[in-house]
Amino acid sequence: MLFRSLRRAVSFWKDVPQGPPDPILGISEAFKRDTDPKKVNLGVGAYRDDNSKPWILPSVKKAEDAIYNGKGDHEYLPIEGFDAFNTSAVKLAYADCPAVADKRIAACQSLSGTGALRLGMAFLKRFYPKSNTVLVPNPTWGNHKTIAKDSGLDWKEYTYYNPANYGLNFNGLVGDLEKAPDGSIVLLHACAHNPTGVDLTHAEWDQLYDLFAKKNHVPFFDMAYQGFASGNTDHDAYAPRKFVKGGKSILLCQSFAKNFGLYGERIGCFSIVCDDAAEKDRVMSQVKILARPMYSNPPIYGAKVVSTVLNTPDFNKQWLADVKTMADRIINMRAALVDGLKTCGSTRDWSHITKQIGMFAFTGLKADQCQRLAKEFHIYMTMDGRISLAGLNSKNVNYVAEAIFKVSN
Amino acid sequence: MEDLNVFGHIKLAPPDPILGTAEAFKKDTHADKVNLGVGAYRTDEAKPYIFKAVKEAEKRILADPTLNKEYLPMRGLDSFNSLARELLLGKGCAAIAENRVATIQCISGTGSLRVGAEFLKVNVNPPAVYVSSPTWGNHLTIFKKAGCIVREYPYWKPETRGIDIEGMLNTLSSAPIGAVILLHVCAHNPTGVDPTPQQWDQIQNVITQKRLIPYFDSAYQGFASGDLERDAYVVRKFVNEGSQCLVSQSFAKNMGLYGERIGALHIICRNKVTAEHVLSQAEIVVRQMYSNPPLHGALIASVILADPALTQSWKVELKAISERIIQMRVRLLEELIKLKVPGDWTHITSQIGMFSYTGLTSQQCENMINKWHCYMLKNGRISMSGINTKNVAYVARAIKHSVDHSPKL
Repeated sequence: MLFRSLRRAVSFWKDVPQGPPDPILGISEAFKRDTDPKKVNLGVGAYRDDNSKPWILPSVKKAEDAIYNGKGDHEYLPIEGFDAFNTSAVKLAYADCPAVADKRIAACQSLSGTGALRLGMAFLKRFYPKSNTVLVPNPTWGNHKTIAKDSGLDWKEYTYYNPANYGLNFNGLVGDLEKAPDGSIVLLHACAHNPTGVDLTHAEWDQLYDLFAKKNHVPFFDMAYQGFASGNTDHDAYAPRKFVKGGKSILLCQSFAKNFGLYGERIGCFSIVCDDAAEKDRVMSQVKILARPMYSNPPIYGAKVVSTVLNTPDFNKQWLADVKTMADRIINMRAALVDGLKTCGSTRDWSHITKQIGMFAFTGLKADQCQRLAKEFHIYMTMDGRISLAGLNSKNVNYVAEAIFKVSN
Repeated sequence: MEDLNVFGHIKLAPPDPILGTAEAFKKDTHADKVNLGVGAYRTDEAKPYIFKAVKEAEKRILADPTLNKEYLPMRGLDSFNSLARELLLGKGCAAIAENRVATIQCISGTGSLRVGAEFLKVNVNPPAVYVSSPTWGNHLTIFKKAGCIVREYPYWKPETRGIDIEGMLNTLSSAPIGAVILLHVCAHNPTGVDPTPQQWDQIQNVITQKRLIPYFDSAYQGFASGDLERDAYVVRKFVNEGSQCLVSQSFAKNMGLYGERIGALHIICRNKVTAEHVLSQAEIVVRQMYSNPPLHGALIASVILADPALTQSWKVELKAISERIIQMRVRLLEELIKLKVPGDWTHITSQIGMFSYTGLTSQQCENMINKWHCYMLKNGRISMSGINTKNVAYVARAIKHSVDHSPKL
């Protein structure tokens, strides 16, 4: 029977519109298409070395060789992922919190940070009837809002960034969280806030903890830069640990994309601190039910790499040095950019660039200035003025400084 | 301050029936225990099988200085997508040449189905999705979770242990226009019973006449008969004869890459522009779930499929494991006949793929599990890969005992 003649007159998908390009990942694609030799990618947050090349961490390389030469296989992981990985991820995040020894942290290997956020929001949607809204800082990573929406949650912003001084509006933040209904779900960036790079001090976190205790808000931490922010994994995890030690149940989304350079392997961990081991088992059972219809079980390779590194003392030592290397280069580039701007003759106060923390800096540049940077100078960044410091190196930092000076004067 | 128990109301969820069986098997300490549960291939020594082609691919990947761990685009690894598409649809496929196949790398079969389901719900909103009765349990969960209305079409006929083709065609004939029909390309899970070529023609006829949307699940290409082209016959026929359809493709079984979570979703469209629109919408679904897919499995599959020699050696290994399964079917039937187990057991050899729908009742299955430590699903499904030359006689005795002591209805 010939069906060629019965090919439908009308396509099933004819009404499917072109989806808008993703704002962040779309920048990368525009950069790729640009053929100008001077082009600079200050878009996607992936670390680059001083030659603007992706960097495979020496500790990761060691672990990969060990895995290749070892006895492992490619069998399915359980829904909750690789057990040795989950244990080491929890240890890295929570360290000496009693909750660890109490075995009351439900931990589930996730598809990097995004996957953890999706699990977390789906979990809250289903099991936290008190609120259908997640409060997010203004501004926040764009995907936070989209994930919330797709999980069936509304989102609302709380004051965070202060455009007047490119810093934190702590009073505004506190005010908004005080006004919010008791028991609100509050998304918090543990360190290296994305996109602003503006973080709370430890003292401010202490104050915020008291507010959370009083208002009984649900702390929902996104920690994508542990170790990467300051170079010290304990320093960067101060906030979630403070809350947990104080007795609060937190949700935590960990990503190993940046601090292990394992971006494409999609390795993360979603965890919930529970009241006791029995509650942990119940919570875990429900998290698994959310994961199964999404992807059945998570990918094994990244989990093996992280686990091998964290559980092998030599590799772990190497990793701590690797993460400090990355953090230090970023910090140096911040200083170099500000120096470059001064050298150009800029009289503006650019100190926020060195005060901010992590991969990103919120330059304060406006959308039209960012567009000029792309069109005239082949420098690519997101339209909110966010730059990725990793895109800077000793060879291009002065060019970028000059370009920023030109569009902002 | 006393913290309210935020998650105290959460109940323990029931264990996943399939993955739960594997856990029960693990806990059992009985010397003769047999795992007839999860569908992962096992050798005659009851061990996982690591393809030599996969090991060679991993070796090349580790040694390749041009590779890194950067984020893949949302659609995944381009080289993987092209090669996966070609493997499925054939090199000469007009739809590929005309650029009207939208392909997106996904988290194995499950991930691909979920993305497909979400894409359909958001962009096409089919009046219903029809799945076979029975089908893989996760099919229903996935489509329901995406918000689709799920219905069943008759498939398995217990009296004949074959297909209820009349029932199936009747139900499809009265399905509303634009309904999605989920079809297993080969090695139907859980029954192992596939339509004959003539029956496929009838199914294709009804689908075309009634303007239904076929959605193929391809998890066993090459694994079913040992021949990659032969196993893809149905989907190639539909596509080459003008069908606009979806295909979820998994490399878990045929490359033994279970835990690496490598698969793809293909959406065959009417023209190139539509395919581009469709891809952009599928990317949005992915972005909100996990941003972009995992790298390692895609690299492995891509290295194998891009190298004719490596592809050839992979095919040889695939044929061998498929042969072992077929051999075990023959052996099991021999043993059942030898033991004079009442009933007709020839379906064991006429069924195809990893699974066999034995026809055992849930009572008999419980007997298999509790008395004989043969772990299988309560719907009568056994995984042939759990059977080997050392345990086939034992399994046959277990079946005999179960049939003798708890008669079928």
